[in-house]
Amino acid sequence: MIERDEFRSIAENGVWKQNTSLIQILGLCPLLAVTTNMVNGVMLSLATILVMALSGVAVASLRNFIPHEIRIPVFILIVAALVTVVDLLFNAKLHELYVILGIFIPLIVTNCIVLARVEAYAAKNPPLQATLDGIFMGVGMLWTLALLGGLRELIGAGTLFSGIDLVFPDLKPLQLLPADYPGLLLAILPPGAFILLGCLIAWKNWVEARAAARQQRRAAPVAAGG
Amino acid sequence: MEFTTPPYLLKNASVQRVMLQVLAALLPGVGAYVWIFGPVIVVQLALATATALAAEAAMLKLRDKPISLFLTDGSAVVTAWLIALTFPPLSPWWLIVTGTLFAIVVAKHLYGGLGQNPFNPAMIAFAVCIVSFPALMSQWPAVGMKVDLGDQVRVVFGLLPRLDAISGATPLDTLKTALKLEDGQFSVAALLANQEVFGFFAGRGWEWVTGGYLLGGLWLWQRGIISWHAPIAFAGGLSLLAGALWLANPAQFANPLFHLFSGGAMLGAWFIVTDPVSGCTTPKGKLIFGFSAGVLAYIIRVFGGYPDGVAFAVLLLNICAPLIDHYTQPAIFGMKDKA
Repeated sequence: MIERDEFRSIAENGVWKQNTSLIQILGLCPLLAVTTNMVNGVMLSLATILVMALSGVAVASLRNFIPHEIRIPVFILIVAALVTVVDLLFNAKLHELYVILGIFIPLIVTNCIVLARVEAYAAKNPPLQATLDGIFMGVGMLWTLALLGGLRELIGAGTLFSGIDLVFPDLKPLQLLPADYPGLLLAILPPGAFILLGCLIAWKNWVEARAAARQQRRAAPVAAGG
Repeated sequence: MEFTTPPYLLKNASVQRVMLQVLAALLPGVGAYVWIFGPVIVVQLALATATALAAEAAMLKLRDKPISLFLTDGSAVVTAWLIALTFPPLSPWWLIVTGTLFAIVVAKHLYGGLGQNPFNPAMIAFAVCIVSFPALMSQWPAVGMKVDLGDQVRVVFGLLPRLDAISGATPLDTLKTALKLEDGQFSVAALLANQEVFGFFAGRGWEWVTGGYLLGGLWLWQRGIISWHAPIAFAGGLSLLAGALWLANPAQFANPLFHLFSGGAMLGAWFIVTDPVSGCTTPKGKLIFGFSAGVLAYIIRVFGGYPDGVAFAVLLLNICAPLIDHYTQPAIFGMKDKA
């Protein structure tokens, strides 16, 4: 089983401390291409979470049987098999969305996030921990892509959740800004993703700098007293 | 005998003094602009200036910099004026505000403020807006349009509907459309003879505005604010390519004179490629920078999809400026060649 502290540190690393998009800056290609709205970003992240959890458990279980010298090709084979499963799943269940996400679902195979976690974590840890690591790394990617996608479609077109009817046919996208909002096309285009990602990274650094300053203030009197 | 230590500065070259002279040099062009397209440009200039100063003050405050020192240096006002002069005069108020905010906040201050920006802020504003709002950024008023100032201001602030009738194709657009048709039914020479769109030697009306920029630029050169290298190389690059294509096929391509005095070429040559921050600093580098920007501007303007190519050409060269500077360091005084 897993201890509370270990669980906490895996979750904290995945969601915030080692956030794939904001700290490791991995997987920029899907990040730029699919975050034109929130739904696409979330759905691609969900597919990635699925692949990462499954590849985590698969690689961790097999880690003692995989020869060290050829581990990367073996990892890729495992990940590719799992991605094919997810790819077929999306094609069967969410076909309209599958058409929009297009090549980016098969490309999860080459996503550095997946291979990086498999190589850096799953190959060295037991299956349960590796699965959790995959899930929480994916959750870190999920909220970042959701935020980025939401910002991009809000600034670019004034809407939120556009394309949600492809996932839940009963729901309608929200038109947040007035209908005559001209839309800043730049935010939808790739430069907009880079600029907003830069802003998100700056925001994360700012939050952490503030937290560090607060901790220092709190620690200072104790140190003086001791 | 009194000794002083070098360097011996000959003139007072504070940023503020330089910027004020650049503003003064823009005045002939602005005057011609008012005469051709109407005084509404003054409203746009004021709008851009107010936005730029407000954004500059806010960013300086956020960055804990001395506000009054940097606010009065005039660099934000120069950026604002260049933005207003490159945007269509009847563009809605929010367009120019968006462009100016982007220029000051993102292109200038996020990169470290005055003297640190790798890209020319005014050209960033133009590029952002033409990519995001291509239709609005291409609506130039027809020359000699008879709409009074009150109505023009109401159009800018969205109180009057934007009519297609108030906009006309610019001389560059007219040429490009003709070139795209490519059915051999027209010749540029015959087009240029049309005094409705084309004036004495370039676009009707435009030739006076760009002539005004030329005058201001020459004055800046005479004052020693800018060197001749970048503008002359820019004009050279533009006219070399324009001249070659014109000689090869005069029915398809306009002459270099037309290109020099159309669109943003003159403003770009004297006020944009001469930017001491985002441009090159070595004399040889300035020549390479200007020449390449001129060639690129011609290619984008004639064969590309956008109304003019100066902004994109300058931005592309801005990226190359550090590399060009690196390879064109002049020999240190007393040394034979590069160390």
